[in-house]
Amino acid sequence: MREIVVISGKGGTGKTSVTAAFAHLASAQGGAMLCDLDVDAPDLHLLLAPNRQEEHAFHSGREAVIDPEICTCCALCSGMCRFGAITPGPRAFSISPMRCEGCGVCARFCPAGAISLAEKHCGQWYASTTRFGPMIHAQLFPGEENSGRLVALLKKEARERAKAAGLELMLCDGAPGIGCPVISSLSGASLAVVITEPTPSGRHDLERVAALCRHFRIPVAVAVNKFDLNPGNSADIEGYCTEQGYALAGRLPHDEVVVRAMVQGKCVTELPETPFSKALRGVWEVVSDHARRTAARPSPFHNTPNA
Amino acid sequence: MIYAIASGKGGTGKTTVTASLAAVWDRPLTAVDLDVEEPNLHLFLHPSITAEKPASLEIPVLDAERCTLCGECAAFCQYKALSIMGKTLLVFPEMCHGCGGCLALCPEGALSPGGRELGHILEGTAGAARFLMGRLRVGEAMSPPLMRQVKKQIPRNAGADVLIDSPPGVSCPAVNAVMDADVIVLVTEPTPFGLHDFRLAVEAFSPLGKPLGAVINRAGIGDGRVQDYCREARVPVWAEIPFSRAVAEAYSRGEVAASAVPEVRGVFLALMARMQGAAAASKSASSNNGEVRHA
Repeated sequence: MREIVVISGKGGTGKTSVTAAFAHLASAQGGAMLCDLDVDAPDLHLLLAPNRQEEHAFHSGREAVIDPEICTCCALCSGMCRFGAITPGPRAFSISPMRCEGCGVCARFCPAGAISLAEKHCGQWYASTTRFGPMIHAQLFPGEENSGRLVALLKKEARERAKAAGLELMLCDGAPGIGCPVISSLSGASLAVVITEPTPSGRHDLERVAALCRHFRIPVAVAVNKFDLNPGNSADIEGYCTEQGYALAGRLPHDEVVVRAMVQGKCVTELPETPFSKALRGVWEVVSDHARRTAARPSPFHNTPNA
Repeated sequence: MIYAIASGKGGTGKTTVTASLAAVWDRPLTAVDLDVEEPNLHLFLHPSITAEKPASLEIPVLDAERCTLCGECAAFCQYKALSIMGKTLLVFPEMCHGCGGCLALCPEGALSPGGRELGHILEGTAGAARFLMGRLRVGEAMSPPLMRQVKKQIPRNAGADVLIDSPPGVSCPAVNAVMDADVIVLVTEPTPFGLHDFRLAVEAFSPLGKPLGAVINRAGIGDGRVQDYCREARVPVWAEIPFSRAVAEAYSRGEVAASAVPEVRGVFLALMARMQGAAAASKSASSNNGEVRHA
């Protein structure tokens, strides 16, 4: 099984538009299990229009609740809470759900036994079908944590279903940043495709997210989107990648076709050919070849952080 | 007043807006980068850094001599950072959230406080503004603990305003960045992705009960549905920044739009006035109601 995860460090560099086009191109080559691992702000469904076949609740972590009838306002809990989640009220102390990390310290030490830990329903996840194959995706509820756990769950489900369906490829749209959902999405990946742009932020964030991949020994291929905004920076980024041993997957021009396709709910490669889609087909060739090679080696990393 | 510049979708222009606001701001200011996973504000404000210090999270360190394997800590830990395997207590530092529960409850005093490096906190000046940022260690999964420590460094003196460049999204890091703000500015773009994630952000942040306004970046591309949604959801549009290749190219050179592209400077001045107006209106409304605000 080959697992390709599309990430970027910086948001808005074109991860989702690229992943959707990869899904289209892969559908003509044996197909793929599709996966949206940006569970916080998922957008892949806007292009792939999934039909939901299954819906499941995602429960994870706990949240402390104070019973105001029992609270004696002794203030022990607010003194012990490391997250500043507990504040005094007129008759009883109360816990801010947004600040509570569900650690259970308050519940454990409350001398009156006024605090309980409730299980949290953090989001929903779905198994769907799309015009390019099966898709696993989710929506974390606003403000929730444990996105890393949800990502790990989606990957596990996707792997099992891909295996059952005889699919050799998994294509994942990742989250921005370098924190828990990204780390979780890299677990077991054959190749991380980093989409960057020729700006100081694009470069800076590429360096950090690629270093993260290296930390977990995941091979990296880099594509520079909107390369013509600053050809000098694009060349510098490519030089940097070569120096660091990251594969170059190609350059994509700044093209309004990306937004036009998005407005129509389509992949760029489904619209009439443009310089952008032509370049993107080239990127896919490089990426799919590279993933075939990297998948052949044993994966050293199967971490599943639960942060 | 604390103003958080946030967005659902990444790459909509939070840092462009924050850097430009910092460039035109007409009051004493601290600019804070709370996007600790991928901080970018310094790439545009070019601060001179006067102090850089490591930040760490308090985690348990085991004294195996004292541990009786009673298992209280492992049973208590919600994050599975402690576990008994055979005749050893194992500590998994990267799983720990630093709640301190195990340290407080170990009956044998076998656990003592140690540290896990979260990253660094940097302080300096950018022009007339104070500058503050957090930078998460590559490989560290949790950004909220570092964000909390950066926020503690924000000066609370009256008169100085604070602009916070927030991480994208609507989950715990994003909420952590906006929850202590007085005013929230949501930056979006008029595309289907922009609209979808903007709606998530409005749903996530509206319950905080803070004044919230939209900045529509790259206006003119995509469609008009973000504007329609703002009208329906009664989210005021505080600024529209027209799409311009000049702005995109200035950004690619590390320049601040409000300074490098004269045509858009006025947009940021008007945005600043709207933000300050919303903050003043909410302050007078809350003082009229006699509400007590919690920090």
